[in-house]
Amino acid sequence: MDKRLLMKDAFCFKLLDRRDFVLGAGAGALLASLVGGTRKANAVTGSEEFEAALAEILKGATPNSGGVGMDIPAAVENGDYVPIALGVESPMTAESYVRAIHLLSPANPRARVATFTFTPLSGRARVTTVMRLAKTQEVVAVAELSDGTLLMSTRSVDVKVGGCGT
Amino acid sequence: MKKPPRIKIPEGIKAGDVIEIKTLATHIMETGNRKDAAGNKIPRDIIHTFRATFEGREVFSVALGSGIAANPYFAFFLRVPGPGTFELTWIDDEGETTVEKVPLVVA
Repeated sequence: MDKRLLMKDAFCFKLLDRRDFVLGAGAGALLASLVGGTRKANAVTGSEEFEAALAEILKGATPNSGGVGMDIPAAVENGDYVPIALGVESPMTAESYVRAIHLLSPANPRARVATFTFTPLSGRARVTTVMRLAKTQEVVAVAELSDGTLLMSTRSVDVKVGGCGT
Repeated sequence: MKKPPRIKIPEGIKAGDVIEIKTLATHIMETGNRKDAAGNKIPRDIIHTFRATFEGREVFSVALGSGIAANPYFAFFLRVPGPGTFELTWIDDEGETTVEKVPLVVA
């Protein structure tokens, strides 16, 4: 392991700790405010791959606009390392839970960033990760609920320096 | 993985608690879109699958693309059914599979 990588790891944990603090401080309130603040979902356009991936997920259905909490900075210096938390309010019982949250990028070379799959054992439909953004764009999250309902939220992120070769 | 993944599980958990589990893997997450100095494409090498199970039951999983940053970090939740073994699996493009088993001590 070289020194540079170790440094990156140290940096990584520092950043995560700070974010966890912010998340812990008002996760519920934050989620609620973010859901309210997301733009009208269906307006997003992007790469051909993005359009295809979104169509594949929606399968012709129209998603409800909003409902997926997206905690992501509005502006980042470095697109290589963009912390993001996604969450949907749900009882997470066998009768009613969130099956999956899809994270999509309209402007990255690859549109499908990740698909997170949950079960009632998850207890909470919430995940925190770190993504790459090639350029300024509107990040998209689509949630699939156990009753088939689809929710879609978006958040625009201003990227100063794109993630190289994302 | 060059070094074992880091896993953080809270202490003093009780059955029925919903706990947050944090994981950090070590991986370059080479996107497959970059070229080397000679102009040759650098092949993709990413962790494409992450899975968390409890006593064999699925808890949480991720299908990763190249848009997940190097050294993939995931924080997610588990509703603790009781004592048991929590198993975490990472699989990359080269077929390397890393499995970590963590016994959950439940009060």
